[in-house]
Amino acid sequence: MTVDKLCARVAELLRTYPPATTDASVFHRAQFDAGLAWVHFPEGLGGLGLARDLQDVVDTELRAVGAPVNPAGHVGIGVGMAAPTILAFGTPEQRSRYLRPLWLGEEVWCQLFSEPGAGSDLAAVATRAVREGGHWVVNGQKVWTSSAHVARFAILLARTDPEVPKHRGLSYFILDMSAPGVEVRPLRQITGEAEFNEVFLTDVRMPDTARLGAVGDGWKVANATLSSERVAIGGDQARRESGMISKVAELWREHPEVRGAAVHDRVMERWVAAEVFRLTGARLRQRLATGAPGFEGAAMKVMFADLAQSISLLELELDPDAALLYDDWALVRPASVDFLSRGPGYRYLRAKGNSIEGGTSEVLRTIVAERVLGLPGEARVDKDVPWKKVPR
Amino acid sequence: MKIPVGSGPVRLSLVESEDEESVRTVVRTLLADRCASDDVAAASDGRHGLSAPLWRSLAVDLGLAGLLVPEEAGGAGAGAREAGTVLEELGSAVAPVPFLTSAVIATSALVHLMSAESADQHAVRDTLAAAASGGSVLTLLLPWSTDPSGPVFTVREEPDGLRGEATPVAGADAGTFLVPALGADGAGLWLVDRAAVQVTPAVALDMTRPLATVRLDGAPARLVVRGPAAEEAVRTGLLTGAGVLASEQVGLAQWCLAETVSYLTVRRQFGRVVGGFQAIKHRLADLHIAVEGARAAARYAAATLADEPDDAPVAVAVAASVCGEVAVRAAEECVQLHGGIGMTWEHPAHLRLKRAVADQVALGTPVRHRARLGGLVGIVPDGECR
Repeated sequence: MTVDKLCARVAELLRTYPPATTDASVFHRAQFDAGLAWVHFPEGLGGLGLARDLQDVVDTELRAVGAPVNPAGHVGIGVGMAAPTILAFGTPEQRSRYLRPLWLGEEVWCQLFSEPGAGSDLAAVATRAVREGGHWVVNGQKVWTSSAHVARFAILLARTDPEVPKHRGLSYFILDMSAPGVEVRPLRQITGEAEFNEVFLTDVRMPDTARLGAVGDGWKVANATLSSERVAIGGDQARRESGMISKVAELWREHPEVRGAAVHDRVMERWVAAEVFRLTGARLRQRLATGAPGFEGAAMKVMFADLAQSISLLELELDPDAALLYDDWALVRPASVDFLSRGPGYRYLRAKGNSIEGGTSEVLRTIVAERVLGLPGEARVDKDVPWKKVPR
Repeated sequence: MKIPVGSGPVRLSLVESEDEESVRTVVRTLLADRCASDDVAAASDGRHGLSAPLWRSLAVDLGLAGLLVPEEAGGAGAGAREAGTVLEELGSAVAPVPFLTSAVIATSALVHLMSAESADQHAVRDTLAAAASGGSVLTLLLPWSTDPSGPVFTVREEPDGLRGEATPVAGADAGTFLVPALGADGAGLWLVDRAAVQVTPAVALDMTRPLATVRLDGAPARLVVRGPAAEEAVRTGLLTGAGVLASEQVGLAQWCLAETVSYLTVRRQFGRVVGGFQAIKHRLADLHIAVEGARAAARYAAATLADEPDDAPVAVAVAASVCGEVAVRAAEECVQLHGGIGMTWEHPAHLRLKRAVADQVALGTPVRHRARLGGLVGIVPDGECR
């Protein structure tokens, strides 16, 4: 389909459902059914089977006429991780059951991957799923689960065979979060808030139709999910002097008392680093559009974490009196991370998570070294050992 | 505070085009054949036998001397993107040729004057035509450390000719000097023949880019332009030079990274390939990340010089402040991670280290570029912020 035809399709949607007089949820259902939700998805599932970057054409057209934005359609575990995985590995029934309400935000998703004993070493998950007739019974503990307290479904990685080496004994499921035995508790962070949860699973029963991919193929399916996550993290399109550096620049311009010749070069170093990050992201996106290999997402994430941490620390140093204070330690449950609406202390503390969540900077450096530079792999002492015999 | 240009999402292409890649291939092939490290290293012992024939091939056979000269003036009519691509390759090989000083900096200053009514168009076009054909080599008479907003008048115009001294000048083996001078009638830009000046070669840290002290004692000169256009032309040359020097630094850094990775995948100690130690892997991953950042900054600088000149001052300051540091870091890592062999004259790492350190100072240090950038984006050290 040409861009012209795509634009004609957008125009048709806008004619039939004029945004000014149409309820937002009605408009979004129509947008999904017209294949304009995510054009790279297949027809009938919110897409038209087109190239991924053509969605920008649609979004630009819709923005131009003030069509309602679908926040659930553009952020979160559901669209970023669950949807591409369901598309790649789901049965036709699973695809048609889950994708539409997911994109519409009618059903929130969360991700049950990490565990207290399986962080960087995700393939070591110990949550067990045992087959009982046509069902699976799940027992275990998951952690760092954002949105679990509001989620309708979860993508779940569980061990179905402890007798084989760790990567081979995993299976991937869609878990109904309202099932008996699912308990969600807030996990308070160093910032005082609780973005995340711990999720305890006790004798939770799932039908076998909740499985995504073959039994034992969970690792392969999870990798598809995780590569989507890294692209999502590294791929946003920023403006110059946006993000954390905007706070430092604003502080400098509006508060003469923080200015000093000695610290000026350090501020400019961060300003330059933020601009370099923006340009590197832009270049990576342009290369991905032409099909260049994708491990650079790991590099982008390391760069981002270093940047966020170094800018937020400098912001504290620039304004010492503010650095001694904190805006609010109350345990709140934010739906997403918003660095900019909080104080400098929050920014500093929350940025510590940037080099841990979604792959620690150490693990990502190893990925860059091995996958991009071709250096030898790490020793894997647990690689050919049955999971249950690995010391833990 | 309004940030006037470049504030939206990046629209310029930061990916190498097919044309640029074909330029790269041609230059790389020639350098692989004609620019051996041993010959480059010989420059430090005063043997410059490589430079002239290599430059002849690049300048005349490949037409690189006229790369930035418009077609109407006898050149190839290419832009900063292509110049950046060429410089990545020249930086990778530390080729001892005057492409940057003559074909980029001096040439860009003169090309700027092609649209200046006050300029002597005969002088501009004759000089560009001679340079584009490879028949003459130009250089701008300024200390090599001058940044795009630094002082550009080190020479005075006196009744009996030009007088003054600039040191250290890069590309001082040129046949024609482009000389900015201040006199009773204001600023001017002049052409001075090599025979009319006193050139005292210096012993340079980086002997692949020869430096000299150049003295003018009442030298006869041909006036190109008088008035504000003279300074504008010089600053255009310096800005273009600093912008594409970033690409040279990226090329050099990439060589250091690739060479180090390749060595460490074969070098063994303690019965293991050294590149398998995580302490080494993580350092190289960090270096790769830094080089990719520098590459994006350098390509953006070249792209703005070519297609979005309003944003070029900011883009060049960003690239110049980051690429110089990344190149030095890459060269230092290359020496360190090669172990003993990296410290020898025999191994080509030292050529890159010396070039990287000299390049970091050339056309303004990173600190100076950041200071300049602060002024451009309204983050200034003291007093009123715009």
